[in-house]
Amino acid sequence: MTDTFLDVKGLTIDIPVGGGTLHAVRGIDFELKRGEVLCIVGESGSGKSLTSLALMGLLGRRIKVRAERMDFDGTALLDASPRQMRSLRGARMSMIFQEPMTSLNPAYTIGDQLMEAMLLHRDVSRAEARARAVDLLEKVGITAAASRLGQYPHQLSGGLRQRVMIAMALMCGPELIIADEPTTALDVTIQAQILRLLVDLVREMGMAMILITHDLGVVARVADKVAVMYAGELVETGLAADVFRAPMHPYTRGLLRCIPQPGKSRRGEPLGTIRGIVPSLVGEVSGCVFRTRCDEAVAACRGTIPQHWPGDGHAFRCVHASGARIAEQEGA
Amino acid sequence: MANTTVDPLLEEIIGPTPGQLLRKRVFGHQGLMIGAVVLVLITLVALFAPQLAPHDPYAQSLVARMKPPVFLGGTWEHPLGTDHLGRDYLSRLIYGARVSLMIGAIAAAISGVIGTAMGVAAGYFGGRVDAVVTFLINVRLAMPVVLVALAVVAILGGSLTVVIMVLGFLLWDRFAVVMRASTRQVREREYVAAARAIGASTPRLLLTEIMPNILNNLIVVVTLEMAHAILLEAALSFLGLGVQPPTPSWGLMVSEGKNMMLFEPWLVLIPGAVLFVMVLAINLMGDGLRDVTAPENRN
Amino acid sequence: MLDAAKTPPALELRNITKTYTVKQGLIGKRRPLTAVRDVSLKLEKGEVLGLVGESGCGKSTLAKILLGLEPPTSGEVLVDGQALGVQDRLALARRIQPIFQDPYSSLNPRKSIADIVSLPLRIHGIGDAASQQKAVRDMLDVVGLPPRVMNTFPSQMSGGQRQRVAIARALIMKPEIVICDEPTSALDVSVQSQILNLLGDLRAEFGLTYLFISHNLAVVEHLATRVAVMYLGRIVEDVSSDDLFDASAHPYTQALLQSVLTPEPGLGVPDTQLGMAYPNPIDPPSGCGFHPRCRHATNLCSAQAPRPVPHRDGHVECHLHDPETAMFGTD
Repeated sequence: MTDTFLDVKGLTIDIPVGGGTLHAVRGIDFELKRGEVLCIVGESGSGKSLTSLALMGLLGRRIKVRAERMDFDGTALLDASPRQMRSLRGARMSMIFQEPMTSLNPAYTIGDQLMEAMLLHRDVSRAEARARAVDLLEKVGITAAASRLGQYPHQLSGGLRQRVMIAMALMCGPELIIADEPTTALDVTIQAQILRLLVDLVREMGMAMILITHDLGVVARVADKVAVMYAGELVETGLAADVFRAPMHPYTRGLLRCIPQPGKSRRGEPLGTIRGIVPSLVGEVSGCVFRTRCDEAVAACRGTIPQHWPGDGHAFRCVHASGARIAEQEGA
Repeated sequence: MANTTVDPLLEEIIGPTPGQLLRKRVFGHQGLMIGAVVLVLITLVALFAPQLAPHDPYAQSLVARMKPPVFLGGTWEHPLGTDHLGRDYLSRLIYGARVSLMIGAIAAAISGVIGTAMGVAAGYFGGRVDAVVTFLINVRLAMPVVLVALAVVAILGGSLTVVIMVLGFLLWDRFAVVMRASTRQVREREYVAAARAIGASTPRLLLTEIMPNILNNLIVVVTLEMAHAILLEAALSFLGLGVQPPTPSWGLMVSEGKNMMLFEPWLVLIPGAVLFVMVLAINLMGDGLRDVTAPENRN
Repeated sequence: MLDAAKTPPALELRNITKTYTVKQGLIGKRRPLTAVRDVSLKLEKGEVLGLVGESGCGKSTLAKILLGLEPPTSGEVLVDGQALGVQDRLALARRIQPIFQDPYSSLNPRKSIADIVSLPLRIHGIGDAASQQKAVRDMLDVVGLPPRVMNTFPSQMSGGQRQRVAIARALIMKPEIVICDEPTSALDVSVQSQILNLLGDLRAEFGLTYLFISHNLAVVEHLATRVAVMYLGRIVEDVSSDDLFDASAHPYTQALLQSVLTPEPGLGVPDTQLGMAYPNPIDPPSGCGFHPRCRHATNLCSAQAPRPVPHRDGHVECHLHDPETAMFGTD
């Protein structure tokens, strides 16, 4: 068994739209080891959710997914038959969505929904599946778990529903969990609890997790590794500690300046901004996609953008190796 | 200055205007275009009936009875033949389009006004108003349209006016149901709250904030109810309780032809086919309008 | 309390209660739901009052009452010392304007930007068409939008641009008070900061008073001068922003502050020890509404509701801080 069990290289997602092709994701690389949490962070339109759906093989036939390599524990996901993908999904890799109300079927009890995947993928009796469901509901912090099995989704609060979703994702003991904005719809107090729970479970069960979010605070607190996406490209990756302590790409630095930080940013003082909007990704996309919004853009940004490695596992794509950043620090 | 926070010129305005998008979708929708073209043709025929009709639709000629259409060996004097009273069938069809369109349009307009008023009031005010309107809708839905129409026509006597009024006062239910639901949905939008917080009056809210946003649904129901009314008129006329002879109505023509149906099937088939094409065109247009005005509801 | 003789607060709530009747299930009986429970609050001129709390705490109901969109069940709202009922709706609209959360739903999709922004002027019959056009152009400039957007429609704009339009509409009548209901929570991070900066600049430029409703304490802390924390229809703590982080008294405020995830790696996710469920407002807990989730709760907390006691320059509602009950102690 190799150390790296999810290995993605050159993942590209094209969506045909009226009048051209939307190059939603363009050649991104990342890898994941067991027990690791990778956070993919980006704003709307960055392609972070598409990336997760591509991994799960959940994108429609119309959407074209290509990659040099997309291996899950030795299985090439892109070459897998629909049947193979189905046996992976829900069993060895599972997904948690943002909106727990729409992801749970209102017509079935949560017990039925919890047991469904397990009865489908594993050779177990209903009683065994039921015992596992109760066990997991308790594990995700739901009291009176046995009696909850007979309840319907609408009888639960948002936080409880998201816990049920997590329990459901864990039923078959997956090795990889993909969580797409799992706490965005929840209150801050519940968010902290759910995130703690997820991280603890990942550590305890030796799973790997990809957490997709737009919230840099969540990333900093949860991630081992960070991948910053902008308009379909991975602009910076690295260990969370490196990326947050020494962000290199102008976009990462810009994002961090945008958020108010109690105790750090001074009250009433203007926050940093990133001017402009995400460019259209329909048609030919070349050079650095961030150049239209970047304060440090130069003519070279239209050409090929080199990758730099400022530290072990820390990488970013920019024409400025580090000069721009140093200039900025001196200015500050 | 506030506007130093961002250089506005860097924020491009994205996308075409809603009008451009709508035009693109309308002309790109085959069903809608086919339906609209057919309907426009029928309307033109109805408008210019006196110019287009080769004969007087009422002129009887006992020597030229039951002449076959040209494709069954008839002459170009009567391209679609003549009926049992020797009246030119093509001319009667052309004038019949007037009757059908008039009944469809006026009945849909009357029921549209009634149903929309009730539905919007119920959806916007809720509470008791809603309870009353919902009750009225249920009462109306419990009445079989054809039977009630038959009864009223039987009492008041059949005439174009009576048929139009009866249909107009019977077909408002779908307007009320759809408008009530749409209004409830739009009422919750924050732009309505914003307009209220600005101090807009209730009539203004209804007219400028809510109506424009439920208009697309209204148009769809109008087309569907128009087709509905036209078919009901044909049915009533067929039963002899709708438009009275000698007025040329397609339903009446089917009815008059049914006695000779076994020997001269074209007497029934021709008006039946025209009726079918017209209702199909209206429905195609209604479906198309629903698609192009609310693209987010598709897929 | 005694300084009421000075200039009256820009906005004052006195003992506001709002009760709805809700029906449970298909044939369930109607039961009262008290969304806002006897709330009193003052908003001084030029202040930014942050109102924070979890969903269902009543903060949006409070905003609706302030905007005149819902009448309170009891209590009164005073603007510049005058009771709201006395003023007519149009006069109120000139002084209090809202900015809503979702810029996709707060702009009428069938109207052009010029129509949307000029609507208040037209309703109040201010100026002729030409002067209204000019006012719209000026206001769009203030919020950072070029004049060419006037003839475009909301669907052609990005979320940030739409929120600027909503701000222009709110400010065109030069109101004194702006109720911002989660104005940035639907926006991307980079756009959020633009809008927050804009709101800050506008406040300075026009001398505005904000009621800033948000669940994001980091955003509130950045903008607000004072913060009111709401829980189950009550303001449980009312504290100046300077005191918020080092001198907040209520255990709930402290838990909220703990839940703020700042982008500092290595700190991990905090344990708020809040338990999980926000109580159902139809069946509020006895005594202090927060006691089932409070790690300091005692028997007293479930038996008796705490009363507001002065704390720093505001107040707090917690037995721990009430000199008369604190003796029963925490542990």
